Amino acid sequence: MSERQMSGAEMVLAALADNGVDTVFGYPGGAVLPIYDAMFQQNRIRHVLVRQEGGAVHAAEGYARSTGRVGAVLVTSGPGATNAVTGLLDAQMDSIPLVCITGQVPTHLIGNDAFQEADTTGITRPCTKHNYLVKDVEKLAETLHEAFHVARSGRPGPVLIDLPKDVQFATGTYRGPEAFEFSYRPPYEPDAAAIAEAVALMAKAERPLFYTGGGVVNSGPEAAAALTELVRLTGIPCTSTLMGLGAFPASDPQFLGMLGMHGTYEANLATHGCDLLICVGARFDDRVTGKVSAFSPGSKKIHIDIDASSINKNVRVDLPVVGDAGLALKAMLSLWKDERHGSRAEALKPWWKQIDTWRAVDCLAYEKGDPVIKPQYALERLREALKGRDDVYITTEVGQHQMWAAQFLPFDKPNHWMTSGGLGTMGYGLPAAVGVQMAHPEATVIDVAGEASILMNIQEMSTAVQYRLPVKIFILNNKWMGMVRQWQELLHGARYSESYTAALPDFVKLAEAFGGRGFRATTVDELDGAIRDMLETPGPVILDVAVDEMEMCFPMIPGGAAHNEIMLRRQDQHETDPAAREEGMVLV
Amino acid sequence: MTDADKIERHTLAVLVVNEPGVLARVIGLFSGRGYNIESLTVAEVEREAGLSRITLVTSGTQMIIAQIKAQLERLVPIRRVRDLTEEGPFVGRELALVKVIGQENTRRGDILRIAEGFGARIIDSSESSFVFEVTESTEKVDQFLAMMAGHGRLEVARTGIVALSRGPDSI
Repeated sequence: MSERQMSGAEMVLAALADNGVDTVFGYPGGAVLPIYDAMFQQNRIRHVLVRQEGGAVHAAEGYARSTGRVGAVLVTSGPGATNAVTGLLDAQMDSIPLVCITGQVPTHLIGNDAFQEADTTGITRPCTKHNYLVKDVEKLAETLHEAFHVARSGRPGPVLIDLPKDVQFATGTYRGPEAFEFSYRPPYEPDAAAIAEAVALMAKAERPLFYTGGGVVNSGPEAAAALTELVRLTGIPCTSTLMGLGAFPASDPQFLGMLGMHGTYEANLATHGCDLLICVGARFDDRVTGKVSAFSPGSKKIHIDIDASSINKNVRVDLPVVGDAGLALKAMLSLWKDERHGSRAEALKPWWKQIDTWRAVDCLAYEKGDPVIKPQYALERLREALKGRDDVYITTEVGQHQMWAAQFLPFDKPNHWMTSGGLGTMGYGLPAAVGVQMAHPEATVIDVAGEASILMNIQEMSTAVQYRLPVKIFILNNKWMGMVRQWQELLHGARYSESYTAALPDFVKLAEAFGGRGFRATTVDELDGAIRDMLETPGPVILDVAVDEMEMCFPMIPGGAAHNEIMLRRQDQHETDPAAREEGMVLV
Repeated sequence: MTDADKIERHTLAVLVVNEPGVLARVIGLFSGRGYNIESLTVAEVEREAGLSRITLVTSGTQMIIAQIKAQLERLVPIRRVRDLTEEGPFVGRELALVKVIGQENTRRGDILRIAEGFGARIIDSSESSFVFEVTESTEKVDQFLAMMAGHGRLEVARTGIVALSRGPDSI
């Protein structure tokens, strides 16, 4: 592409467009006014005005997770940048590609404690994949393109560019992304010998298990398709992390449900009892492993990950495979076919028989209430009501409702489930839903929320109204920070310190005050009608579902416990080892 | 204690792009993840390519050392990470400036004999003090300081080690 002279501000927009961005989420302020002025004079990039910068980052995350593209954020200096920090770390922990542009005070004022100055690159260094402070307009084009390259290459993540106001005004030379070569080249292609060894292990294991994560989703739909084909072809059971839900269809009989702290009994016992654990794009985090020394004690472990630092970080593995999940899965699939291993259904019969006995425990069973609505029941009814709609995206906030959503809603496609996994950011779900709906205007987008989490970013309801985004906020309202309350009951002698919200807004009126619609269900017989109202009313809607206040989220592996010490109900808590309970109290 | 639990000391050579904040990234990685830095030196070594070399001495179990290398390699401006301890013999040297401030009963002859034994150069002297420059391995510098400590009050400035692999292999 030819060179063009333009201002730094115009370069930002040109680079966004040249990197495939059509939507940027942001909030103006003094230090980004030149960029907003340039924005006003163009129509390639659409801007979504959020109500707080934190919302912009989560919205960009929702956009990125649901499209596979890089999300873009534009905020001002100082408080604009610091408000974005939580979202940046959220994206870092969950490997979401973002480019965040922050304004900065003019170069000559940097370091002077100027108005709305913050050491943005210093603050965000540990919560971005990489960041830049650009002081020379002649370096801006290359830096912008490199930021996109870094954000989407290898293990994706957020990249920040801090841009002083004088650089936005300065004129320089713009070149397109194809004019540059970048030295950051993470490995993609997995080692063929390691793939062959993995296939050999899969062909002879007696109790193999796939354990898949967000890396499969990040690798793209082809990776999820390859995983699905490989699991079905081999006959090996499959479990998934919270982040990986949807990569393998939840409706498939070979799917055991989610594993980990609130995973299913069958998934956790299979993880504990397998002799070969095939980890693809997951990172053995503490929510999955529980007590590391007792994690899957009898298995050989294969770990496929694009980030070499994830390998042997928490759990020592036998066969590391560094590379892209999709490429690795495709290589395994074609080798499996070439070597004519076929289905192992027959050989794995005893393993499946064992799994079936675990399944028969029916770990997600709960006592139905009437007229009191159980949160699990509310989600089951939501699931029923969504049947037949093919484009449903679910976002969540963080807490009990998030775990119940993961357990009870069906995830059959990748990129349709947006949740804050690694960082556990309350307030993620509503802005994320805004981002998803911007990318998929015709889709059904539902934020499964708790009444505490939703208040953390409720201001984004105003954004949803402004852009006529028909997001549906499904609040499981138990008046408690449910997960905090649950831990206090289990680990802190039922001393419910500050976990009850004694004053809550009227969510129906709140929705209406924002310009949306609100509905409420307080009894079982009101529920189906209210869900129908929520889904069929155009525009943004809040449905406030009053649920059982004391319900607990099970199964649960208490912190510090092993997978086979899983609790299925309240009464199980005294059966766990007191030492493990004490250790668990120290953990988060 | 098994080999896996044993704390090992490793010397790493890290080639980085000499850009603002790169040292903060490396140090932040160590403090953020709770790794040790026993010493760290950094200076530009290839001006035209804009590359600096960091020599870093750290300690940890095998698993931690492997993590440190993988985490360093993940940083965008880091070009190369070499574990000199693991990859074979290497030479490491550090420079120390040592001021020996005499006591009344000190014999200057003893001090000078020790210095001579370590090949330390006198770079400053006064009636009651010397400043020596000694370039040696960390262990030798430690020995030098231990011996001098008996002969006066010491003030010490050390660079931490810089290191290269032995033989023709290059980073």
